[in-house]
Amino acid sequence: MFLGIETEFIAKALPLYGQAAWRTVWVAACGVALSLIIGLFCSLARYYRIPGLKSLAAAYIELARNTPLMIHLFFLYYGLPRVGLTLDGITCGVIGLAFLGGGYMAEAFRAGLEAVSRAQIESGLSLGLSRRQMVRYVILPQALAVAVPAVAANTIFLMKETSVFSIVAVADLVYVFRDLIKEGHSNENLFLLTIFYLVIILPVSILFNRWERRLRRDGIGH
Amino acid sequence: MAVARPVLKITGLHKRYDQLEVIGNLSLEVRKGEVLVVIGPSGCGKSTLLRCINGLETIQGGDIELNGQSIIVGHTRWNLVRQQIGMVFQSYDLFPHMTVLENILLGPMKAQGRERAEATKEAEAFLDRVGLLDRKDSFPRQLSGGQKQRVAIVRALCMNPEIMLFDEVTASLDPEMVREVLDVILGLAEQGMTMLIVTHEMAFARAVADKIVFMDQGSIVESAPPDIFFQNPVSDRARKFLNIFQFEGVKKEERHND
Repeated sequence: MFLGIETEFIAKALPLYGQAAWRTVWVAACGVALSLIIGLFCSLARYYRIPGLKSLAAAYIELARNTPLMIHLFFLYYGLPRVGLTLDGITCGVIGLAFLGGGYMAEAFRAGLEAVSRAQIESGLSLGLSRRQMVRYVILPQALAVAVPAVAANTIFLMKETSVFSIVAVADLVYVFRDLIKEGHSNENLFLLTIFYLVIILPVSILFNRWERRLRRDGIGH
Repeated sequence: MAVARPVLKITGLHKRYDQLEVIGNLSLEVRKGEVLVVIGPSGCGKSTLLRCINGLETIQGGDIELNGQSIIVGHTRWNLVRQQIGMVFQSYDLFPHMTVLENILLGPMKAQGRERAEATKEAEAFLDRVGLLDRKDSFPRQLSGGQKQRVAIVRALCMNPEIMLFDEVTASLDPEMVREVLDVILGLAEQGMTMLIVTHEMAFARAVADKIVFMDQGSIVESAPPDIFFQNPVSDRARKFLNIFQFEGVKKEERHND
């Protein structure tokens, strides 16, 4: 016993939570990575006003941002099998998170793109850079720097959103928690659950903070 | 002496924003090695003129030729045209996320596809000439305004352009930094660089120009060699404009009245 917490139980449950935490991190990482790609693509489609794609991206962003992740997951896990597409829980989790996150990341990148000044763009154009070179060397590096704080907030938000994955049978932290709590030890389980979320999210938070500070010091972005 | 060929030839240029005519029927020529200085009151269209030449503004009429080739008629690949035109802006506009050297190498290496070693050698030679070789690994934020502007000039020069366009490049500099930038441009003139310069520095205009072009309300009012223009401007408008830069001895008279 330590501060009213049963240490033997903790020692026994620790590996189960550890495994779940690892799975949570892995699914979140895939989901966030995909959401960054989707977000970048959508924000560029809107920034360059690409006909067709622009409105499609706008519609997607509103849909993703204004509906809960739980609904996306229900649709993927229970809806798709009806049209003959059965996906396992983890795949649903990754896709669901990417769908939700893509909308948020698109908005983060858009703010970054809009922060690149007209003067910077004209300066690059005057050097004879092509459109693609402009994006790669002038616009994106500056836009991404501005977007870092928002991307950080979104990443942490998405990591926390994984807590609903247990509804599609992903054995994540909440899943293990709900499983073990049936046999009591609610304080110990809650303690472990909180600690493990902190252990996976806090380092991400700290890394992003450092990155933001360095960008500020370098005077890139805001 | 044979007359040099025109590098830049503008005929009947019209530029409108909606209904507002900014430039009306303007024609001018800059010959190889010639330095043209455009002066005139704010809003007379001189900056717009430079922006039209490298396609940052669309034009509504007339033609612009670079080395005898129209860059207006037909399908213009502006990125290729701009590689032959060096443009320096009032606000320097260096890329904040790149070092001085990276700023300078971006155009030559990416746009022109030149080798790093060869482009670096040229960049360093130019930097040395403007006294900034020791700052090549600095970031723009670590430089003064005058230093940034000298880097911006080197960045444009390193493209080996046919002509350099300077758009009020000293207008946002502290007075003590104006000189270092103007000296660089004077040096280029001595070496025979073809240049079209918009400036409010009258003494500099007089020193550097082969020809002064005075603009007002979107057209050229008069153009003449600097000595003639500054001593005997023909038009009323030019005379009025030049008077702005003269100061009367106000203090003396005030003392008299006391």
